[in-house]
Amino acid sequence: MSKDKFDYFIKGEKNKYEVIIGLEVHAQVSSNSKLFSGSATKFGAEPNSQVSLIDSAFPGMLPVINKECINQAIRTGLGLNAKINNNSVFDRKNYFYADLPQGYQISQYKKPIVGEGKVLLDMPYGSKEIGIERLHLEQDAGKSIHDMDPSSTYVDLNRSGIALMEIVSKPDLRSPEEVNAYIKKLRTIMRYLGTCDGNMQEGSLRADVNVSVRKEGDKNFGTRCEIKNVNSIKFMQMAIEYEAKRQVELLDDGKKIEQETRLFDTKKNETRSMRSKEDAHDYRYFPDPDLLPLKIEQKLIDDLKKSLPELPDNKKERFMKDYGLNSYEANVLVSEKEISNYYEEVAKLSDKKLAATWMMGDLFAMLNEKGLNISKSPISAKNFAELVQSIKSGEISGRIAKEVFELMVESGDNPKKIIESKGMKQQSDPKELEKIINEILTKNKDKVDQYKSGKEKLFGFFVGQVMKQSGGKANPQLTNDILKKLLKG
Amino acid sequence: MSEIIKKNLSEIIDLIKKKEIKSEELANLYIDKVNKSKKLNSYITTCFEHTIQKSKEFDKKPNFNSLLPGVPLAVKDLFCTSGFKTTAGSKMLENFIPQYESTVTENLWKEGAILLGKLNCDEYAMGSSNETSYFGNVINPIAKDTVPGGSSGGSASALAADLTPATIGTDTGGSIRQPASFTGTIGLKPTYGLCSRWGIVAFASSLDQAGPMTKSVKDCSIMLEAMAGFDNKDSTSIEKKKENYSKNLKTDIKGLKIGIPKEYRVENMPKEIDELWNKGKSILKDLGADIIDISLPHTKYALPTYYIVAPAEASSNLARYDGVKYGYRSSKGNDLIEMYENTRSEAFGDEVKRRILIGTYVLSSGYYDAYYLKAQKVRQLIKKDFDENFSKVDAILTPSTPSSAFKIGEKTNDPISMYLNDIFTVPVNLAGLPAISVPAGLDKKGYPLGLQLIGKTLDEQNILNVAYAFEKNCNFKNEIKNWWL
Repeated sequence: MSKDKFDYFIKGEKNKYEVIIGLEVHAQVSSNSKLFSGSATKFGAEPNSQVSLIDSAFPGMLPVINKECINQAIRTGLGLNAKINNNSVFDRKNYFYADLPQGYQISQYKKPIVGEGKVLLDMPYGSKEIGIERLHLEQDAGKSIHDMDPSSTYVDLNRSGIALMEIVSKPDLRSPEEVNAYIKKLRTIMRYLGTCDGNMQEGSLRADVNVSVRKEGDKNFGTRCEIKNVNSIKFMQMAIEYEAKRQVELLDDGKKIEQETRLFDTKKNETRSMRSKEDAHDYRYFPDPDLLPLKIEQKLIDDLKKSLPELPDNKKERFMKDYGLNSYEANVLVSEKEISNYYEEVAKLSDKKLAATWMMGDLFAMLNEKGLNISKSPISAKNFAELVQSIKSGEISGRIAKEVFELMVESGDNPKKIIESKGMKQQSDPKELEKIINEILTKNKDKVDQYKSGKEKLFGFFVGQVMKQSGGKANPQLTNDILKKLLKG
Repeated sequence: MSEIIKKNLSEIIDLIKKKEIKSEELANLYIDKVNKSKKLNSYITTCFEHTIQKSKEFDKKPNFNSLLPGVPLAVKDLFCTSGFKTTAGSKMLENFIPQYESTVTENLWKEGAILLGKLNCDEYAMGSSNETSYFGNVINPIAKDTVPGGSSGGSASALAADLTPATIGTDTGGSIRQPASFTGTIGLKPTYGLCSRWGIVAFASSLDQAGPMTKSVKDCSIMLEAMAGFDNKDSTSIEKKKENYSKNLKTDIKGLKIGIPKEYRVENMPKEIDELWNKGKSILKDLGADIIDISLPHTKYALPTYYIVAPAEASSNLARYDGVKYGYRSSKGNDLIEMYENTRSEAFGDEVKRRILIGTYVLSSGYYDAYYLKAQKVRQLIKKDFDENFSKVDAILTPSTPSSAFKIGEKTNDPISMYLNDIFTVPVNLAGLPAISVPAGLDKKGYPLGLQLIGKTLDEQNILNVAYAFEKNCNFKNEIKNWWL
């Protein structure tokens, strides 16, 4: 993926097309209770165990807004550099479905809580700004389960009424790679803010993907199709590629794109029509008369702004400035709040650059292999910092360090303790080393003569002998220096 | 028949407090008459075992400091009552037993009242004659061929027939005041937000408001005091201190400015209503009030506005009755959509269907701006009319209805003429204001007619006071002859 120039185009038989993508991301608000009821929101609970009379729409039940969800939406809006609207309105989106008990979803239509904002993506070909159109709050629906019984459908209302933030991007995305970067960036921002856990397996983050194509160089957008409810980045990318190719083929055949809603079939890797524009629902949006317009005091916005944590873009900048990291390193190390925290703890106690290298190398490889989150790392940040310092100070060599690292993973022990108990300390005393080297040179007089007569490749042989003799503990730099000096003499 | 149950609520409360009658004895008096009055069809459900049990409990450990000590009360069947059928007058909820209690009824029970039964009403409170109820029409005790009005027709009928000492209704466009006017009783629609809507089967959320129906203004103040109060379960509930309406009731209205809106003199209005209105003016004038002519120019748009806003909200509020979770479910249909269609076709009556269709239409894309949005704008103008006039006057006096009780079946095939019956009451709901209907006289048929006093936002005390003074000087007497016994 490390291309330094953007070049995602779909080549049809006749023309080359640019792909235009806009996303409507549905992010579940991190909150203990639902948007308009006090029911719990825990994932994976027994079906229908987190359902109140409000969630199941009993006669006479009324919604009452959960203030924490409002605060979370404001925080997210601020994290997206967006305008927070002091006045917004909850509307009813009317349609019938078995898992929609009210017969309408409470959402925000004309006046969302958050207006325009932006998100910065770091692409290999430079940074790219993606516009945010709006963010609004809405209720999730329940879940229809069709495969439990051959003749009946079961409904689980645990999810019914859970707060979602719908984050609508402008049609600024141009490739599956950018979609990947965008979703990851949104996820990172919301996880930093603690407003959405971003867990795609649990459905906390899903997206409707709008795709259209246009001939390279065209200014006007083509007709778009909306692919509903895609729940992984990989599927989004696959769906976009399939859909863009489908549209290109139609256009190159001189056919028209029909505006429609499509579904992505993950098994067949294709999108297929769900309903056309003509069949589109008329949702009959109107302001929910059970809820007063939502007024947000500027003071609340200001207070929430003050209490926001440092966000990834700022943290990245700071990491580059304060720790001398390059853009790539900084990006990786701020991608998760926990990773950045770990890094900062390590960097405070050790060499900043070396710490970054070792974290992104051996530590990440180990966590990845074990399928662990950094917060569950068997090596504490403090111990990891000591390891880095041991390398930096020359106490152990890089090669030994890898052995120490393995032992730290196994035991969770402090590296100093491991180095000492296993006698792994690097031989860095010049006198001691000189003694060893002199012995080797005396033993291998013939090779010394060959070296002196020009066979300089033999230098490696001497180094190897020193390492062998010292059990790998000889300080490599010092060994080189002393060898060179003695071989000259 | 005992004379006791003919008494006003406040008199009955006094008897209980003076221990001249026990709660159980009182309950039995009502139960006896309810049992003998099935012809009126004012009750949908009775719960006499519960009533007796609760009244015995009260008598064992009476608390005379509450507002409604041991008083049996029947309520409109739109209020959810825990453990007792709540039908909303519909086949859809024929067997629906809520496991929760509406805030308003809960408030009554907390004040010592005891549930006597659930009163008939138009289906989902949609109607002005109580003829849309799935449980049959209700008869007005004033004459056996007349409607009691609606939608709180069962409440009005039961109250006028002494089948409950007081009751509560809901008023979306006149559903308390019009039946009160038709039965010679008092009905008050409070300021929108004064009584919680939690647990009341919703018709049109921005207009629905619960209120008392009683035989006297004093009773009305007691009931309102018991019902009203802030409820954090209703986002539109008004946060304010509880008021002591009954204690603060007074007849001195000297210097009060009463507005007479010229737009309420509508075409084809019976002369007697005009005369009654004049009688009202002169009574208030004699009591020292200033009578001031005012104009509410957007009044004529109130009815069409109401018949857009209310059905729009209703079409959405009634979407939950889909046969999936509770209530009626049709046994016919091969898939979900057919099940919905059959359920709703079979369980909703014509008037409800008509309003769902109107509401769906006015919210549809392409029509929204022309109907719903425009109606919302006109609603603001109607509210502004009142706001502007309330800087000049303290209350507004109008007739409650453009006619007295009409005949059963007279208007059932003419929805527009039925809707016109709400012409004086709907502007108040659109503006969210409080208004009370007080009986003022009889027409030449001997049917009662009411006058309406409209107040400023949260100025219930003031219109209660004016109504109280009016009541004391009007000498209205309801002539109900118990012909059905």
